[in-house]
Order: sequence, then structure tokens, then C-alpha cells
Amino acid sequence: MPALTFTDRGIYCAAGDFYIDPWRPVDRALITHGHADHARPGMGRYLCTDIAAPVLRHRLGDINIETVPYGATLTLGAAQVSFHPAGHVPGSAQIRVEVKGEVWVCSGDYKIENDGLSTPFEPVRCHHFITESTFGLPVFRWQPQADVAHQINSWWAACVAQGKTPMLGAYSLGKAQRLLTMLDPSIGPILTHGAVENTNAVLRAQGVTLPDTLHVTPDMTGKDHPNALVIAPPGALGADWAKRFGTVETGFASGWMALRGIRRRRGGDRGFVISDHADWPGLLSAIKETEAENIYVTHGYTEIFTRYLNEAGWTAAVVSTEYEGDSLETESAA
Amino acid sequence: MKQFAALFNALDQTTKTKPKVAALAAFFAEAPEADRVWTIAMFSGRRPRRAVTTTKLREWAAEVAGIPLWLFEEAYPIVGDLAETVTLVLPPADTVSNQGLTQWIDTIRALSDQPEEVRKSVIQDAWTQLEPTERFLFNKLITGGFRIGISQKLMTRALAQATDKDEAELAHRLMGDWDPAQTSWHDLIEAEDSAAGASRPYPFYLAYALEDAPEALGAPQDWQAEWKWDGIRGQVILREGQHFVWSRGEELMTDRFPELARAADFLPMGTVLDGELLVWGEDGPQSFNALQKRIGRKTVPKKLLQEAPVCLYAYDLLEEHGEDLRGLPFSERRARLEALCSALPPESAVRLAPQVPFETWEDLATTRLTAREVQAEGLMLKRADSPYLVGRKKGDWWKWKLDPLTIDAVMIYAQSGHGRRANLFTDFTFAVRNGDDLVPFTKAYSGLTDDEFRKITAWVKKNTLQRFGPVRQVTPEHVFEIAFEGIQASTRHKSGVALRFPRMSRWRHDKPVGEANTLDDLKEMLNTYG
Ligand SMILES: [Zn+2]
Ligand SMILES: [Zn+2]
Repeated sequence: MPALTFTDRGIYCAAGDFYIDPWRPVDRALITHGHADHARPGMGRYLCTDIAAPVLRHRLGDINIETVPYGATLTLGAAQVSFHPAGHVPGSAQIRVEVKGEVWVCSGDYKIENDGLSTPFEPVRCHHFITESTFGLPVFRWQPQADVAHQINSWWAACVAQGKTPMLGAYSLGKAQRLLTMLDPSIGPILTHGAVENTNAVLRAQGVTLPDTLHVTPDMTGKDHPNALVIAPPGALGADWAKRFGTVETGFASGWMALRGIRRRRGGDRGFVISDHADWPGLLSAIKETEAENIYVTHGYTEIFTRYLNEAGWTAAVVSTEYEGDSLETESAA
Repeated sequence: MKQFAALFNALDQTTKTKPKVAALAAFFAEAPEADRVWTIAMFSGRRPRRAVTTTKLREWAAEVAGIPLWLFEEAYPIVGDLAETVTLVLPPADTVSNQGLTQWIDTIRALSDQPEEVRKSVIQDAWTQLEPTERFLFNKLITGGFRIGISQKLMTRALAQATDKDEAELAHRLMGDWDPAQTSWHDLIEAEDSAAGASRPYPFYLAYALEDAPEALGAPQDWQAEWKWDGIRGQVILREGQHFVWSRGEELMTDRFPELARAADFLPMGTVLDGELLVWGEDGPQSFNALQKRIGRKTVPKKLLQEAPVCLYAYDLLEEHGEDLRGLPFSERRARLEALCSALPPESAVRLAPQVPFETWEDLATTRLTAREVQAEGLMLKRADSPYLVGRKKGDWWKWKLDPLTIDAVMIYAQSGHGRRANLFTDFTFAVRNGDDLVPFTKAYSGLTDDEFRKITAWVKKNTLQRFGPVRQVTPEHVFEIAFEGIQASTRHKSGVALRFPRMSRWRHDKPVGEANTLDDLKEMLNTYG
């Protein structure tokens, strides 16, 4: 029996009797990171990195949670388990499981580029590698973060020059904080929607350095803070909430903005191409560095990516899960 | 190309009209004159000839990207645009080019007589020197599919801003058969006597659809009515011993409709007629189905000329004895048209379209319901004192179409959309009942709201019975009302019919599959309306 199997509740390790990122309630769940499609309510016990834990608590409430630092090895039953940086959001991990010399790595969501906020991705050698494929098509190729930062700051400055308020839509865990670190505070103050500010507070409390932000309170108007940029979840952008800022320009930051059709439909006035998932070259380099021969492809362009890997010499298979990739539709999943 | 790329980005980054026009006007004021002319040409549907086949382009792009061709082909429908797919799969440029738009267009134009290896190396070399937006535009220029979401109207407005000229005059100057490679900015825009001359059509005046009852238009005696014909809107121009036929899409179609050469034998030079190009059969105008055989044929075999003879059904006179009549009231133009055309013999290929007399709006509403009997789509209402305006303007001309035909059908296959709809199921196949079977008869991919598309997408994901490549067979459970404009017999379809402009008009949550229409219902419609 392989060390990990794919069940209708999630990825299961029989030797250690635990699940990784399960989507049905189980007794013991190892969690790669706090996004809603990976960390679900209802598990008996949770295990995640010490850096990921505060957000899990914030999102899931009163749960029974154990933590482990990156790199430390735990013995669960007959399995050796360790968590390694996935570079996706602060605290996100690839989970390494070793049973009788057979090594599996379940990477959850990951990206290769160092975003300056999350612990950078580290390749982990293994025999079996479970990878996402959210952007598993050769049309996705990210620009360096510094270039995107320049685009966003130029947009901010241009909006200020025209007397408009730029509002940037971004998911409240991960993307929003990454954008915060990319902004140039010399242009003006940064205002945040409550959903974003709550996550900021959780991260600040655990020692993550973020630039100063101002929480948008009900009585605040655009006039109170000239030259400001607002960060909010995408859903708030078109809502009444946004009206107080007068003439706004909206921007959206997501890997999907690479596609002109989606950008025009979803990006509001501007779309910025930035993602916490690996692009095509990133997926391929990550897979190569694991030196794994067997690749299991979860959420994303699973079939296309799997076919490519098989033709390129790996033994790859599609695994169906209930992870959601970088959804444009909902705030929770990413 | 950087200046043109910056213009494109400015246009692409906003959905608002004002900044678009401002960006275009700035470009028309500042860019090199040759680049302005090419920009006007591209935004009005004139473009350099396609320099390579799209098949070659895909192969060459996949080769440079180092990916198998099948992978490129998988990515293309997800991106939804070939030029963009090529742009995205290529590795980043390694050098910079300062060549302008016109120089790149010249490079592309020079490709057409080159052997394939030369075309390939020129194109692959260009890819290594262009920034992403430039590369996208370059690919658009090569594939010849330049559609950019700027209407000719907006562009003309921007030109008017940049040149201080009248918008209607500019619209007229930009029409006709001018070649951007041979035309200077001066000749096109500034010269006193604009040169394109004899062939130049007038901008078409387009009607809006009437949505309320006609009573809102005021007194019926201020209005004149005609049938709305189901052909191709066209302009026939007789000037300087020549004749020209233009379609509303501003395509010169003189050679496609050789019948109209005879018009010059019966009508004086200096005449411009506006009307409907349609097939004339033994009992008068034929439906659009009959014209379909003639569309898309650049040369017409004799047999087809006899089977499906085309004429212009004239309903307006825009020029007489070389004089522009567009400022006259419609009633006056109509009177002159009747004087000119009422006695023409059939071989002139020009016939006078009748008016539909009426006293009251109720009369007219009753008459309208008989439109399908005369192969018309409904009625046109024209204010008697209206001049002939440029473009789509509200107020003086209205089309009052019949309601579409509808049938309730069962969804049986689903396929995801392209481009912005790549993550939704938007393309569906529908069936009618035939005993216990479901017989597919049409596809449809529009008509639902975004929210409905999201709902049906979630449902399709959970109710897939089988996959055939990108197509999913789904549980036959949902009934949709399909609206369409026409129906004809077809041997290519299993059901034996083909629909014109089918779309989903309503999601019939209230109807179970057992109440969807049957193949017999469909055949009945074919008998009545086909
Ligand atoms: Zn995920
Ligand atoms: Zn995630």
C-alpha cells in the first residue's frame, strides 16, 4: 500500500492515520495553509505550522490545534512527517510524509518567487509529488514582483494626480498583505477594508511586519485622507461601501489578469498580474527539483498538465480533489 | 510601435468613452502621419493582407516556446484569441525595437511574396524584439484579425477633435475604397477635394429597435412605413460611367452581385440608392436563406445567377444628378425615388420597395403581424421630415421587428466558453423530444445572464454523464426556451433543420423535460416559416 492514498475525504496516510487538507470532517487533519478550501471546519484535531496557526484560529474559531516549526520531524504512527515552506502565504507548507523509506510531498498551494512576506519556497526531494496546477498552462508566466509593484504604484500616483481614489481588490489573506508590502507609502496613506484589516491584525500580532494601514470606519470619507489607496476584498469594490470615496478607479490583482478577456471583464479599470500560485515555468522547475518520478496533479488545468508531464517523461496522474484553485468568484478560496 | 502600443493600452484599460476618445485624439495629433493613416485604416476594418496562415503561426510560436503543438492548441481556446495566445507562450523579448507602426506594417506587407523560410525567420525575429503589447499587436496585424472594440463612430469623433473638422464630413471621407498604403494623411483628411471620388459611398443611416408601442412616436401621419426586409443592406452607386455596390459593413461587393451592372443602362450617372440586396424569386422577395447561397461567393457561377438572382430593393435616394440629397426630408427623397424607379424593368436589377400605407397605429400593428407572409422581418418606421443622418441615431428611424420564433428544448451537451468565459460553460447543444429519444437540433451560446451561466456551470460540473474532449454530455434535465429568427431545411443536421440566430431566451425552470417541444413541432415550424 502506498504511503498516501486519495480518498473521498481527502489525502490519507494509513500508516499515520491522518489526512492532509481533508474536505470532510476527520479525526486528524494536517493543514498546508489557512485558505478556506484547504483548511475546513469540523476536524477533530488540526496540525499546521506555527506561522499558519493564528490565521487558522482566526478563521475557524475554537479548534484543537497543534503546531510545528518548518523542518522539524514528527512521528505519527509509522509515518515521519515534516512541514516545509511553500511560499504561498505566510506559514504555508508542503507536507513531507515518509513511510518505510517511501517519501511523498503534498505541496498544497505554492509559488516559487520570494514575495518578501512568506517564508520562501524550498524544494523537497521525494519519490511522489502532489502538485496543484492552477496556472498549469504555458500562457502563464509572471513578471518579477518589483515590476508589478512599479505598475501599481504608477497607477496609484496617476489616480492621485487626477483626483481619483484607486481601490485595489485582493483576497484578504495573503494577496492583500503581499500588495501592502509592495506599495510605496510616500504616495499617500493606505486604507483597508475590515476583512483585510482583521487578517493584518492577526499577522501583525504574530510579528509579521506590514506597513501602516488605516481601517476604513463607517464615518470615514474620501476627503479625510487625500491621496489614499484602498485595499478591499473584490466583492466590496462595486458595493455601497465604496461610494464614500467619490470618483474611484478599481484595480484587481490576480494571476487571471494575464488573460485579456478576463481582465476586461473582471479587472475593473485595471488588472495587475500577480499570483500566489506558481506560473508555468515555476511548476515545471518545482517538479524537476523534487526529483520525483511520480506526479499527482490536483486543482487547476489537471488534464492538460498531466498529459504534458507524461509526454515529458514523468509518470503523472490526475487526482480529483475539492480544492478550488485561485477562484475569481469567491473571497474565501485562493 | 511603442506609441501605438501605448494608445492600445490606454484604450484597453478603460471602458469609458471620454478617455478613449481623448487618447485617440492625442494620438491623431502627435503620431507620425503614416501611423495615423494606418490606425484609421485598422479601426475602420481595413487591414494589411494576412501574411501567413494561422496554422503556420501556431507551429512557429510553439517551436519558439518549446512546447508541443497540442499544448498550444489546448491553451488557445482558454485564452480565446490566437494573437494573444502566441504572445503569452513566447519567452520574453531579449532586445528592444524602436521601429514604428508603419515600418512594422511594411515589414509584414513585404512578406507576402517571400518564401516560407523567410516569413518564418522575419516573424520569429520580430518576436524577440517586441514588448508584450507590441507583440500582441504585431500578431494581430499578421493574422489580419484586427478588432479592437473601437467603433468607427468613436474614432471619427476623436479625429474631429484632433483636426477641428466636422464629424459627418470626416465619416464620409473615411468611407469607400481607399488604400492606406497609397493614401497620405493630407489626401485622406485635409485635402479640399477628397480624392477617393467615384466609388465613395455615404455612411449608412441605421435605425434603432422600437421597444415601446409606436403610439409614443406621436401622430401616425408624421410617419411613413415600409417592410423591414431580410437581406443585406446595400448602397448602389452610379458615377462616372461606373457602378459600385457597397454593403452596410462597408465592404465593396460589386463583383459579387454582377446583376447590378445593368442598373447603369437604366439609371443616370450621379445616382446613389440605398436599399436591400435580396434574392428575387417568382413570387417576389425571398427569405435570407435564399441569399445565403450568394453570400461569401466572390465569383458567381451562371447557374446560381439564374437560380438566385439578386436585386436591390430600393427605399431611399441619396444622390441624384450628382447632388447630395441627404439633407432633404425623407418624404421628398421618397417622391424622387419613386419618380426615378417606379418604371424600371426587371432586368435593371433595381426595384422600388413599396411603402406600407396606414391610417392608425392599430392598423399598422395588425399589418405588421403579416410580415412573415411577405418574407419580411417586421416594419421600418421613418419620420416623413427626417434627413438622412450618419450612423445609428435615435429618433427618426425605427425598426419594429416581429417577435422571434421560440421553441422549448432540452439541454444535452455543454462546452466551456472562450476568453473571458473560459471558466464557465456557455456553449450548449439542445434537443427536441421524439418518442423516447432526444434529437439534437441546435447549439446556442448566448442569452443568459452571467449569474445564470454561473448556476448552469455549477450544475454541469455535478451532472456530467460523459466527456468527449471538451464536450460534456449532461443529464437531460433542464429545459430552455430557444428564440430564433428563421428556420430552414438542412441535410447537415440530424434533425433536418437549421435555425437562424438561435439563442437561449429563457431558462424554463417551470418545465419538466416531458413538456419540451417535439421533433414534430419543429417540422411544423419548418413548414410554416421555412
Ligand atoms: Zn488551493
Ligand atoms: Zn491557497
